[in-house]
Amino acid sequence: MPRRLWLRTGLVVVVILGSLWYLYPPRRAINLGLDLQGGIHLVLGVEVDKALASQTDRAAQELKGALERKGIAVTQVARDSDTSIAVQLASPRTWNDALTVASELGTFERRDEDAAAGRFRLVLSPKEVSRLRDLAVRQGVETIRNRVDQFGVAEPTITRQGEDRILIQLPGVQDPERAKALIGKTALLEFKLLDERTSVEDALAGRLPEGSELLYQRRVDKDTKTERRIPYVVQKRTLLTGAELNRAEVQSDPNSAGNWQVSIEFNATGARIFGEVTEQNVGKHLAIILDGNVYSAPRINERIPGGRAVITGQFSVDEARDLAIVLRAGALPAPVKILEERTVGPSLGADSIRQGLIAITASAVVVFLFMLVYYRLSGAIADVALGLNLLILFACMAAFGATLTLPGLAGIALTIGMAVDTNILIFERVREELRIGKTPRSAIEAGFTRALRTIIDTHLTVMVTAAILYNFGTGSVKGFAVSLFVGLAASLFTAYFFTRLLFDVVFVRRRTLASISI
Amino acid sequence: MIELFPNPNYDFIGKRKWAYIISAAFTLVGLISIVLHGGLRYDIDFTGGTLIQVRFEQPPSVAAIRASLGRIGFGESVIQQFGDPREFILRIPLTSSGPEEVGRQVQRTLTADASLGKLEVRRVEFVGPQVGRDLQLQAIYAVLAGLVGILLYIAMRFDFKGGVAAVVAVFHDVLVCLGALSLTNREFSLPVLAALLTIIGYSVNDTIVAYDRLRENRGKLAHQKGTTFAQQMNVAVNQTLSRTILTALTVFFSTAVLLFFGGKTLEDFAFVLFIGVITGTYSTTYVAAAIVVDWTQYVEGRVRRPKKAVAKA
Repeated sequence: MPRRLWLRTGLVVVVILGSLWYLYPPRRAINLGLDLQGGIHLVLGVEVDKALASQTDRAAQELKGALERKGIAVTQVARDSDTSIAVQLASPRTWNDALTVASELGTFERRDEDAAAGRFRLVLSPKEVSRLRDLAVRQGVETIRNRVDQFGVAEPTITRQGEDRILIQLPGVQDPERAKALIGKTALLEFKLLDERTSVEDALAGRLPEGSELLYQRRVDKDTKTERRIPYVVQKRTLLTGAELNRAEVQSDPNSAGNWQVSIEFNATGARIFGEVTEQNVGKHLAIILDGNVYSAPRINERIPGGRAVITGQFSVDEARDLAIVLRAGALPAPVKILEERTVGPSLGADSIRQGLIAITASAVVVFLFMLVYYRLSGAIADVALGLNLLILFACMAAFGATLTLPGLAGIALTIGMAVDTNILIFERVREELRIGKTPRSAIEAGFTRALRTIIDTHLTVMVTAAILYNFGTGSVKGFAVSLFVGLAASLFTAYFFTRLLFDVVFVRRRTLASISI
Repeated sequence: MIELFPNPNYDFIGKRKWAYIISAAFTLVGLISIVLHGGLRYDIDFTGGTLIQVRFEQPPSVAAIRASLGRIGFGESVIQQFGDPREFILRIPLTSSGPEEVGRQVQRTLTADASLGKLEVRRVEFVGPQVGRDLQLQAIYAVLAGLVGILLYIAMRFDFKGGVAAVVAVFHDVLVCLGALSLTNREFSLPVLAALLTIIGYSVNDTIVAYDRLRENRGKLAHQKGTTFAQQMNVAVNQTLSRTILTALTVFFSTAVLLFFGGKTLEDFAFVLFIGVITGTYSTTYVAAAIVVDWTQYVEGRVRRPKKAVAKA
């Protein structure tokens, strides 16, 4: 006699109710992958070595300033690799004083000392190097998350991948180019003085004074779409960066109609430095530089208190808005490079959903009919179990917040085929037991018991493969693995446990059971 | 009651020598095709590069698209019609200068070309060289990890011979699928890899059902006395025959539906599953079971032979 019928029925009812609970409301319950709803998938590589180099550059500048303040003359303080600084003193007599100053640069270790020649190198310790690399990637993730949040994308994914990569998924973005520009911009804002000792012509001819460099301003002619590059000779020394910004807002440009500008406001420290810089350099030109491009180089007419400035540059309103976003979110600690990009337009996604649903429906209908014709009433039981399998599958995906992708839809279609395998195994076994003359009741008992071991073996092997797929796969392959895995786990419950329950209810409970429809 | 095989008693195992020839022939044809094609054709997932899917308002000629791309130096790109006559896939190899710019450049050029009419860019995929190499490695790891996992599982559940034979069978299926891929000039992409791994799972599934039955039968020793191992295996295969065929049919229906109605994007994926279901079902009997039989007979022969040698001396 069937054991604990009510308990088992209760469990099935709980599972069905739970599934329905997670699937309500259906439109919002299941996350659709980028290939189904359209959007961008990006993998960025953080050029961490450049973050190290700029850190080392900053340390070299700091050291140079500290040595000069102590009155120690040097002929060279310069970065000679991503993580080291070479120092050459003007005279070996200042050796001990120089070492004292250098030792204040805590994170560096002294190497290749040559007291007689007054020469040494400072090298970042390996521990510090790995800390800085890690920091650069973590800050990169934070900054990009900030930017994306301000740009306004529903449910973005921004995570670190491996050592120096960042994975970004933006579902439903309409203008991928703009989103990419916003994310990928380093957005390093710098204020530097123009070097007015040298003419631009001299600099272009290759006569650049030490401590200065050539930078360009890009100007696009709105009518002809041609780009002009205007050269400037700029001092290398950075006076102030975007790190000291408090606010950045979009304004219309009062001097040129139809163009927009970004007004910025420094924090207290920034405002103080800005005041000092403008006070000390009245009459000179201050270049506003973003990612190595000069945006403008206005003349300083007087000391500017309060720490306000304006960035102009023929911006459209979208460009100005995006620039304000990246300035507010801050600069990336290191430049990033796009390693992988997948953009799917919304219309293609809609097509894929339609095709995937057709495939699932067709697959289900074929299998349903086949089982019904071949196994009759037992086939109908298997069909009900299959229906429950699909319900649980979708509910699990909703509950775990798993993403449904196009290969995921294929995985579901395949699950349908494999889930009935369990029922076929059982039914064939029951038929076999009937053939050797067992009563229907004991044939059902034997059929279910004997098939169980095989069923567990087959499910485990495919679930192992699905787990491997999930571990090694990327994006869409992962989606396939998830639906296959969940579908199989659900099939253990529905095709075995639930089918057995239905058999008990439909056949075994009858007082007399002369034959079964199988 | 509909029954496909009411009381099957076919001599599957006896015909295994023929099966070895057939398996070898199919595997060889596939391998020759791969060699003649100069290796598998890898998708940009593995080689790196840019893929752009464009839908035009009017069906354009491939030559017109190529001419347009030629103007920005991408005349060598692969241009392929994709399902609908208005829909095309352009594959642009990795370029040295700013690969992430390629998508935008192509879009601008095609849009500016009045002869092509209006168009919509439906998909852009860019895979950098570093990522491509990573994915290639991961693909190999995934297949190897899958095979090793299966070997271990079966060795644990059954015996070592069974594990090795199952892995050989799976390896055979993978080779046949790759051969079919090469013969039909399809590309090896990430979805194809997923399909291969699924086939690995499916093929092993089938093998396990037969092994399980064999073990169960061998438990009832009295019933089996006087039969050779080959006969026992044949009985097990026959007993599971209707299940094997029925399951193969349902999975086969599912993949056929995917292949014919799943759309162009899923076509290669479904194709591999389609071929794999057939070879996976076949290889259970004619590769895995056949190898276990021959191996067991070989071992039993070696056990007997030394005895004869002793008798002679």
